[in-house]
Amino acid sequence: MEIGLTHYLTVAALLFALGIFGIFVNRKNVIIILMSVELMLLAVNINLVAFSTALGDMVGQVFAMFVLTVAAAEAAIGLAILVVYYRNRGSIEVEDIHLMKG
Amino acid sequence: MYHAILFLPLIACVIAGFFGRWIGDRGAQLVTSGAVVTSALLSMVAFNQVALGHAPLTVPLFDWIVSGDFAVSWAIRVDTLTAVMLVVVNGVSALVHIYSIGYMSHDLHIPRFQAYLSLFTFAMLMLVTADNFLQLFFGWEGVGLASYLLIGFWYHKPSANAAAIKAFLVNRVGDFGFALGIAAIFFVFGTVSYDEVFAAAPEQVGKNFEFLGQNLDVLTTICILLFIGAMGKSAQLGLHTWLPDAMEGPTPVSALIHAATMVTAGVFMVVRCSPLFEYSPTALMVVTFVGASTAFFAATIGLVQNDIKRVIAYSTCSQLGYMFFAAGVGAYGAAMFHLFTHAFFKALLFLGAGSVIHAMSDEQDMRNMGGIYKFIPLTYILMWIGSLALAGVPFFAGYYSKDMIIEAAYAAGSGMGQYAFVLGIAAAFMTAFYSWRLLFMTFHGESRATEEVLSHVHESPKVMTVPLIILAAGAIGAGFLFSGSFIGDGRAEFWGNAIFVLGDHDIIEAAHHVPLWVKVLPIFMGASGIGLAWWFYIRRPDIPGAIANAHREAYLFLLNKWYFDELYDMIFVRPAKRLGYFLWKDGDGRVIDGFGPDGISAAVQGLTRRVVRLQSGYIYHYAFAMLIGVAALASWFIAGGGGH
Repeated sequence: MEIGLTHYLTVAALLFALGIFGIFVNRKNVIIILMSVELMLLAVNINLVAFSTALGDMVGQVFAMFVLTVAAAEAAIGLAILVVYYRNRGSIEVEDIHLMKG
Repeated sequence: MYHAILFLPLIACVIAGFFGRWIGDRGAQLVTSGAVVTSALLSMVAFNQVALGHAPLTVPLFDWIVSGDFAVSWAIRVDTLTAVMLVVVNGVSALVHIYSIGYMSHDLHIPRFQAYLSLFTFAMLMLVTADNFLQLFFGWEGVGLASYLLIGFWYHKPSANAAAIKAFLVNRVGDFGFALGIAAIFFVFGTVSYDEVFAAAPEQVGKNFEFLGQNLDVLTTICILLFIGAMGKSAQLGLHTWLPDAMEGPTPVSALIHAATMVTAGVFMVVRCSPLFEYSPTALMVVTFVGASTAFFAATIGLVQNDIKRVIAYSTCSQLGYMFFAAGVGAYGAAMFHLFTHAFFKALLFLGAGSVIHAMSDEQDMRNMGGIYKFIPLTYILMWIGSLALAGVPFFAGYYSKDMIIEAAYAAGSGMGQYAFVLGIAAAFMTAFYSWRLLFMTFHGESRATEEVLSHVHESPKVMTVPLIILAAGAIGAGFLFSGSFIGDGRAEFWGNAIFVLGDHDIIEAAHHVPLWVKVLPIFMGASGIGLAWWFYIRRPDIPGAIANAHREAYLFLLNKWYFDELYDMIFVRPAKRLGYFLWKDGDGRVIDGFGPDGISAAVQGLTRRVVRLQSGYIYHYAFAMLIGVAALASWFIAGGGGH
């Protein structure tokens, strides 16, 4: 069986949906939300690479490299914020984080 | 020199008022008293030059308003009328300034008090030196302001605040008429300058104009409107209610403003406008009627009052009535003469009463006095002199002026003149009675004061008694010395053009030739008033109480001042309060606030209270909202809504 564009896109869509549900269903830990966000980014990356191959345009893969870099930086900053947040408030439970409640 | 007379009090007021904290109590007293005394001495020079030397002059200062046809300038107009007022105002003011140094020595706000006194003096000088009606109005309002400030000087006393507001409001009623009068003058004559208005007055005789939908005589309307202003300022019947309450102010204020100067501004204005009033017999009749009625009415109330200052206040009201009906029958010189002598003896009586109050540890009720002549003999003698002058006992100041007024009323020959003559005679009797009632209740008989008060009774310091002695000299000599020029043979030359009398209308000349019984009657009435007071309060002190009990209603009617305050309360104050309450609660509170600021803010709050529930604070709620949004956007885009 030939593995075509459709397969790649299906995997990417599944990964993306997984990320979304990771954000909503998870009620425990903020780190999991962070991981879910990474998962969604990866799904987008797969899309970019798949379209790049299918269309024969290398720019898509270059973009994927950039997205990876930015995702790494974002993960580092996100984790740093979490550490500081934990120090200040003593918890990173999702249920406890609602300072912006009106 | 005229600039100095006018502006020294203003400068002193500014120094004492704004820099009182730095120059201290003593500094403020010296600055204000020094300035006003200088001004008073210069006024005497001016009187000598202008009135006795017959050289009226006008000193222009600068333009005030120039707008199209309407031009008003500041100027100092000094003729005989002004010169007389300058001497009265500055003379009494200087003595009151000095007297206040002693009287107010225990007060905490001396610089403020002295500054207000000087401010008053300045405003009054602006009033009397005015060259046009607008400047007159400026001074008119200025003295009203100073009067308000001084009545309410002891601002911690609620009664003083109430009296100050009452004085201001009642004067507003009069000033409304006055302002309308000035507007009517500009409407008719196209100018507010005295000279031009008075020169053009004869042309307006018999002309009519539309006013308030009525076709009215021009000059009569103007004169009556102006006179309404005078009624307010001079506390005439109807608008008099503020004057007795104004006694809440410190006694020097009562002497200066509410006896000698400000309240006589109305008389001054009527005399100043004699070229207008002379052409309106109707307006003169109104003036005579109101004046005579006030003279009688205030005297009846004076008979039964127990507060020493209120007795003198009603006496002032009554004497102002005399001045008005003198002007009303055309004896302007006599009105000014009475104003002049009255300033001396009424200021003397007030300051003497102040001295008594000071000695009695701030007691004002005569029922708690008595028998104190031994302790304060000087004040006692001075009060006698003041009362003798007030009652018109021969050869004291009041004798010359008051007799002339009563004779003039008789000589007028008109029905209104007879009315004024009868009421004037009756008031003269009552004046003598209540003056001696005051003397006997205060100084004679058994003392009704407490032991503690009696042990403190003391004669006032020299700084208070010397001004009294000077005023007493005036109360004795002013009539005798000046009757020749004010109302005697020299009057035509003395007044010059300051007073205008229509050719065949020289009442004063006629008054010199009335029958003998008219000349003797006031003296007889005065003497019998004194005798009756002696009988009532020395010989048979039980009689007054018995009469009061026998005629309870009449006594209460007088004691409650003819129920004027109650009547006004019912007609004006309470409906106004009800209307105000309605507009406050329903008009402002319910309608304007309800739909305006409060309504809008309540609507915004209600809306946000609902919106705020969306803000849960949980990240995944926000993320969910974003997702829904993205999904909706994507669906719309794919479905072709955003495509081509």
